[in-house]
Amino acid sequence: MAISKRKKFLVKHASWLLMIVLLVFWEFICRALQVPQFLFPAPTAVLEAGIARWEIISMHALQTLYTTLVGFAIAVAFGLLVGMAVGSSPLVYRALYPMMVGFNSIPKVAFVPVLVVWFGIGTVPAILTAFLISFFPVLVNVATGLSTLEPELEDVLRSMGASKLDILRKVGLPRTMPYFFASLKVAITLAFVGSVISETVASNLGIGYLMMAASSSMDMALVFAGLIVIGAMGVGMYELFALTEKRFTGWANRGSGGVA
Amino acid sequence: MEQVRFEQVSLAYDEGGPLAIQDISLSVAENEFIAVVGPSGCGKSTLMKLVSGLTEPTEGYVYVGGRQVAGPQKCIGMAFQASNLLPWRTTLDNVMLPLEIVQPYRSQMRRQRKAFEARCRDLLARVGLAGNEDKFPWELSGGMQQRASICRALIHKPKLLMLDEPFGALDAFTKEELWIMLQELWQEEPFTVILVTHDLREATFLADTVYVLSKGPGQLVARKAIEQARPRKLEWTYTDDFARDVHELREHIGRIRES
Repeated sequence: MAISKRKKFLVKHASWLLMIVLLVFWEFICRALQVPQFLFPAPTAVLEAGIARWEIISMHALQTLYTTLVGFAIAVAFGLLVGMAVGSSPLVYRALYPMMVGFNSIPKVAFVPVLVVWFGIGTVPAILTAFLISFFPVLVNVATGLSTLEPELEDVLRSMGASKLDILRKVGLPRTMPYFFASLKVAITLAFVGSVISETVASNLGIGYLMMAASSSMDMALVFAGLIVIGAMGVGMYELFALTEKRFTGWANRGSGGVA
Repeated sequence: MEQVRFEQVSLAYDEGGPLAIQDISLSVAENEFIAVVGPSGCGKSTLMKLVSGLTEPTEGYVYVGGRQVAGPQKCIGMAFQASNLLPWRTTLDNVMLPLEIVQPYRSQMRRQRKAFEARCRDLLARVGLAGNEDKFPWELSGGMQQRASICRALIHKPKLLMLDEPFGALDAFTKEELWIMLQELWQEEPFTVILVTHDLREATFLADTVYVLSKGPGQLVARKAIEQARPRKLEWTYTDDFARDVHELREHIGRIRES
């Protein structure tokens, strides 16, 4: 009884516990080996820096969150629309897919200078980079969900005289929702990567810029604080979409109820 | 009145490729219950696709309700071996689906939703699914899913019901229960049925007329009328009479194999 209770507690708080263990270990290493702060600051130092300069950090963090979310929103709309076209038309699939794969293989950081020439530095390239890096998983998943529709299901609807649009609305899209929400979780984390990359290269606002500036003045504690803030925002957004996913597509995950 | 008519229909899925079915002529009267049997790969399902207008014949003509089939038909009910219920909809909502698509129900849906729901509940109750309306498909057993699937095929009162091995994945007892259920539904409010199956007992028990198809390409090799009064009882399936009919059909299939 007591053992199973403890195990349950462990499973429930596993992620927090692991984090605490790692932080303690990190602190221990830094203190025991007396690593200089400008190389690798201990968690307490990072925390200190974070609290001391929370105003600056939060300003930059909000900027990053803003560009990420705008870029992500465009990516979702774009990915959903193009994914629907790719998934429901073999012609569009044939025409577009190879190009999309090719485009997705280009490292987006290589694209940022182009965006800067076109749009100047700052918010716009960050939004666009976030968009460019995160639309692909949405597109692929929506297309996959639509194109793997069971032919019998389609036959059932077609034999009722359903139009293509009917089939899309009644069967295609609801069936694609689990794929779609799964892709949102991937896309939002990628969107953070995109906007931070762009800010690092070409901006004077945002966490990416903050970290760049801090590292050039050897302020490692601030760099790490920035890293942690990005990580935390990523996890927060991920959890938000995981929750939405559960709400809207519970029918697809019925087996995992016992674990969650 | 004739409901379905095939005039020397052949179909090759690929142009110039092998024929899936060849030179099939048959006619189904209104409210007749026919069964098409044959070995697997004899083009039984192709026949269904032709009737529902999902594929076009390479040669010959298919008529439904006196009109040549061109494009998907509007008012056909279909059920397959897999129940194909939508997992994100409850049983009731699954059965409601045709009413959301087929006219004239579709345009009345907003105003008459309550009435339509009641109708679905009635039909579900008639097939023994009362109390399961709000369950999701995965909460139902295979037999119950298939009952719901047949309800969905019938809710919009189609003139023609097409069944493609609807009981193929069920155990023997559930299967027999569903035969009785289908016969009852059909007798209460007659409609034309085309049942595709490889179960000869099922075909004999349910159908007025059984057609036997040969294999690759599918050709009609026999037509047998089953002269047994309705409603047919399960006891009948244990009589010599029934066995003789099944045996006769089996002989035709056997001959196909040898040739």
